[in-house]
Amino acid sequence: MTLIDNHEAVGMEGAPRLSEASARDYFELLKPRVMSLVVFTAFAGLVLAPGQINPVIGFIAILCIAIGAGASGALNMWYDADIDAVMSRTAKRPIPAGKILPQEALAFGLTLSAFSVIILGLAVHWLAAGLLAFTIFFYVVIYTMWLKRSTPQNIVIGGAAGAFPPMIGWACVTGGVSVESIVLFLIIFLWTPAHFWALALFKMGDYGAVGVPMMPNVCGQATTKRQIVVYALLTALSGICPTLIGFASLGYGAFATALGLGFVWYSLAVLRMPESDLRMLPAKKLFAFSIAYLFAIFSALLVDYVIVNVWLNAGGII
Amino acid sequence: METVKLTEAQKKSRRGRNIALGLVLAGLVGLFYVVTLIKFGGGMAH
Repeated sequence: MTLIDNHEAVGMEGAPRLSEASARDYFELLKPRVMSLVVFTAFAGLVLAPGQINPVIGFIAILCIAIGAGASGALNMWYDADIDAVMSRTAKRPIPAGKILPQEALAFGLTLSAFSVIILGLAVHWLAAGLLAFTIFFYVVIYTMWLKRSTPQNIVIGGAAGAFPPMIGWACVTGGVSVESIVLFLIIFLWTPAHFWALALFKMGDYGAVGVPMMPNVCGQATTKRQIVVYALLTALSGICPTLIGFASLGYGAFATALGLGFVWYSLAVLRMPESDLRMLPAKKLFAFSIAYLFAIFSALLVDYVIVNVWLNAGGII
Repeated sequence: METVKLTEAQKKSRRGRNIALGLVLAGLVGLFYVVTLIKFGGGMAH
């Protein structure tokens, strides 16, 4: 790995380097936008799981999962500082911007990883803690250090790291893994390629400049667009699975079907997008829709759960 | 004796980091206290 050469421990005049990094810069290392998705999906897993959890313990569980995800983000920024400095999307991150040293980010990430896993284990459940530790390991070592720079399937396999949070939330309540939590995992896992490749299409130049073998750069736009449609179809199908296995209502199933059709429709627009289209508006629209899709699916699962349970508690069935 | 002179920006950012670290540590103390009460509260009452 090549580190940014303007990050020296000793300044130009030989004086000790004194940090001007603010607490906000350290918070930025945690990738707060990614963390918000992790918090939301982990919360969904925690609420949807059968059983009871003390609300305070539940809050601590979500906090630990969020911090663990943030820690893996910090470790990702430590390792990827060289390519982050070149790409327009990431050049302003704290390490390439010169606000935080790579070794400071490394120490920060490792410390938070250890604390989040240990506290989750001590306060909530050791299986959930084990899953969180594996998620951090998978994102940092398997995805960031190995797959990202070596194969165009990087985000297909690496997407598993982002798919674990609802499964961890579920394990916090039940102490186990079940078909339902695997379905929640699958929804995010199958959603990731279409989401990320839409971004990779309109950021092709950036990824090409740093030599990251994203699908559009290695296999071309046509193959990427076809695969986006395939994964959009699989995502749409997985979105309906909670109803198919009796875990969510028919109302949810209808909503998920409509959303899934929307996802496929946007992916078909990307398929029809000519290679000469430099603005790539359909890819940008698919990227935006994919984020809304995931939030909507997990929101719908939560709303469905609340409606069904309120109805049950009111004596609807029992 | 030569000492390190901090600039205003360095002083401000260090103060901000110290406050954040203090809040995190206080939060951890509170967290362990609450977890202890929840985990052992029932047992201690008996």
